[in-house]
Amino acid sequence: MAKKNWFSLAILGLGGVAVVAIPPFLGGYFQHVLILIMMWITMATAWNLLGGYCGQVSFGHAVFFGLGAYGGGLLYLHWGISPWWGMITGPLLAVIIGIPIGLITFRLRGAYFALAMLALGETFRIVFTNWESVTAGAVGIITSRTWGAEKLPYYYIALAIAALSIYVAYRLIRSKYGYYFISIREDQDAAEGLGIPTTRYKLYALIPSAFFTGLAGAVFMNYIAYIEPHLVFNLSAISIMMILAVMMGGAGTLWGPVLGAAIYTILSEALRAAIGPISYLVFPVIACLIIMFLPDGIIGDWDKIRRVFSRKKPAYVGGE
Amino acid sequence: MAYLDLNHVVRRFGGLVAVNDITVGIEQGEIFGLIGPNGSGKTTLFNCINNYYPANSGEVVFKGIPITHKPTHEICQLGIGRTFQVVKPLRRMTVLENVMAGAFLRTDSVTKARDKAMEVLDFCELLHRKDMLAKDLPIADKKRMEIARSLAGEPELMLLDETAAGLNPKEIEAAMAIVKKIRDRGVTCFVVEHVMKFIMGISDRMMCINFGREIARGTPQEIASHLEVIKAYLGEEYAKGR
Amino acid sequence: MALFGQTLITGLLIGGIYAVIAIGMTLIMGVMKIINLVHGALMMVAMYVCLVLFQSFGLHPYIGMIPAMVILFLIGYFLQKYSIERVFGVETILPESQVLLTLAMALAITEIVRLIFTSDYQSTYTPFSAKCFYLGGMSISVPYLVSFGIAMAFVAALHIFLTRTDLGRSVVATAQDRDAATYMGVDAKRITNFTFGLGTALAAAGGALLLPIFYLFPDVWHPYLAKCFIITILGGMGSTVGALSGGLVLGIAETFGATYWSPGYRDVVGFIIFILVLLFLPGGLKRIIGR
Repeated sequence: MAKKNWFSLAILGLGGVAVVAIPPFLGGYFQHVLILIMMWITMATAWNLLGGYCGQVSFGHAVFFGLGAYGGGLLYLHWGISPWWGMITGPLLAVIIGIPIGLITFRLRGAYFALAMLALGETFRIVFTNWESVTAGAVGIITSRTWGAEKLPYYYIALAIAALSIYVAYRLIRSKYGYYFISIREDQDAAEGLGIPTTRYKLYALIPSAFFTGLAGAVFMNYIAYIEPHLVFNLSAISIMMILAVMMGGAGTLWGPVLGAAIYTILSEALRAAIGPISYLVFPVIACLIIMFLPDGIIGDWDKIRRVFSRKKPAYVGGE
Repeated sequence: MAYLDLNHVVRRFGGLVAVNDITVGIEQGEIFGLIGPNGSGKTTLFNCINNYYPANSGEVVFKGIPITHKPTHEICQLGIGRTFQVVKPLRRMTVLENVMAGAFLRTDSVTKARDKAMEVLDFCELLHRKDMLAKDLPIADKKRMEIARSLAGEPELMLLDETAAGLNPKEIEAAMAIVKKIRDRGVTCFVVEHVMKFIMGISDRMMCINFGREIARGTPQEIASHLEVIKAYLGEEYAKGR
Repeated sequence: MALFGQTLITGLLIGGIYAVIAIGMTLIMGVMKIINLVHGALMMVAMYVCLVLFQSFGLHPYIGMIPAMVILFLIGYFLQKYSIERVFGVETILPESQVLLTLAMALAITEIVRLIFTSDYQSTYTPFSAKCFYLGGMSISVPYLVSFGIAMAFVAALHIFLTRTDLGRSVVATAQDRDAATYMGVDAKRITNFTFGLGTALAAAGGALLLPIFYLFPDVWHPYLAKCFIITILGGMGSTVGALSGGLVLGIAETFGATYWSPGYRDVVGFIIFILVLLFLPGGLKRIIGR
């Protein structure tokens, strides 16, 4: 909640111009990575609303991603409707199912909420895998890409969605909602004592969180043109990595998830290119190290990081 | 019918009856003190009013409205504010933000909440701390902030739980002044306390409980010389000596 | 009717094996009050240790179990002492960092194992593995029966350990009230490290008992971790009796679900129980939920 200043606005402006103007000049692979970055930014920002700001750490956000993806996929599968409509139905499905999920799980606190969401994520994965008549099961759903091999349009859509998610987060955080979310995170009982209807506000955090995660899922559906339950309802690749991305950048900040998402995507692509399958090992190890040494992320633990690099010696306390 | 009515409130924890049939009426505009030895059920009683623990039987009525099993946040919205025995600061928010969190009860606008918070901080003489993180405050200021935070929600009745605990004599004096100021502002105060100087010095009427039951009621002077009170705090021999 | 009986007995037997693994987890949870999500992965490591012993020395898992337990005790001990302890009680914005750490460790360990052994399905198949005995129209798998027997032996041994030995009682004391135990001369830190090792060793035992029955691959632990957790919540955190009964209940419920509903939904039964228990089971759970 700091005052805006010249410098920040200039950086923001430059960044905005860069992400819009530069990509047409990049190769296909880089555009692909950028699309992934934008998707992960959306997901990380969304998760951060519920987890970082409101303190409800969900280990099962893949539920919303998967629902967002299948929102379009199912339309295509059963009625041949273009998955682009999924951009609306996907997030809506995520929210519609998210609300009863929240009403049930918000009774739980802390790690129990986290694990209940994990259980739900896995349950959805199993159900979507087995309910073949409705969801096509493990075979998945294949659609055709609207623009063939052309990546740029997908990029601008993903970019717009990422920007929208950041904007919505920004407006929410600066409003009464933001104050209430953080109050709930800091001390739920104190918050109740201040007249905050905590369950209702947790839902207010959940709705945009589910919506944007679902939207990212819908983008995924349209871009990759293939979804199956193990891919989109995945625990380690989606639910956990969302948390990792937010943690790396800094939970509970606006730009932390953006930074974390970018670093995560670039790092994972670079590692996969460089060392192949070992890269799957690297991320959990990085996660462990971050949790042990930089739990508040790059932005949150910025002071810690600065101290490591500063040359200042501690003042000498002479004598014994 | 009083401003706040507690009628035969009972609260059990398994086999232990923490609050055992308490009936009392708090009048509007007074400072009502509740004392009792450790474990006598004072904080539990507060928790029943607020519905952090629902009462097992009996009822709580505020301004004529039964609030016995209403959700805590609704009770707050109706006008009852609360501070906690063990302070609950919103640690990673600044003092100003903490108080704003309380102010948002009555407004949706960030600007109005901030203005209200500044006004309350000024009233509680905490303005100089407004940008400090709550977790970095010394205990006396944490307690003061909790009062301010609750006050920002414009309560009509405040439940003050052990406000003076852990404070040095100078801080106690300051806390007493604040509570009186709050009452003069029009807020009824129901105070639970251990520190005798604090509670005797500010209460209009008092009640003493032990083992969840009322043992004495009256003005501070009457309470101080009451046989049962002395017995409860100091034991049978001292009471006999009187 | 025979199907019913067979389902019931099979469920009971597998439930007993689940119980051993879950008791390990509930011990750890009782002492540390944290959710330990690396439990399953460590069980998997024990299974691979047994596999190697089987393939290199012909040691049947029931025997290889012993060295596996020792190795896993040490691994658990060191993980706790040098890594998990570090985030214990540290204040961070995301309050669940301990849980996340154990989960990240689990993923890391899984990938390490995958690099060494690949994702191929492995098994310790012997003629013994397929043996069944028949009782009034029901077919009961012998490995299930033997594993169950060994599991119950472990549970009994653990019970004696916790109630009759000083070390065991120190563990129970630390779980009940860390500070009080410290005042009575218990080194809570060392007990915590020890308990983590012990709990992990129990998971190792459970894994070894599962090896003759199921295929082994790096991700095999996912459903077992979930089951452990469900059992722990069902039975009550820190309660060994609870873990035993919870294990049996889950085993039976799951097997009925697999038989009468659909094999694919076996694990969903557990999740449903999990959610229901978290929401509706009062008593010991209320304290946990209110945390």
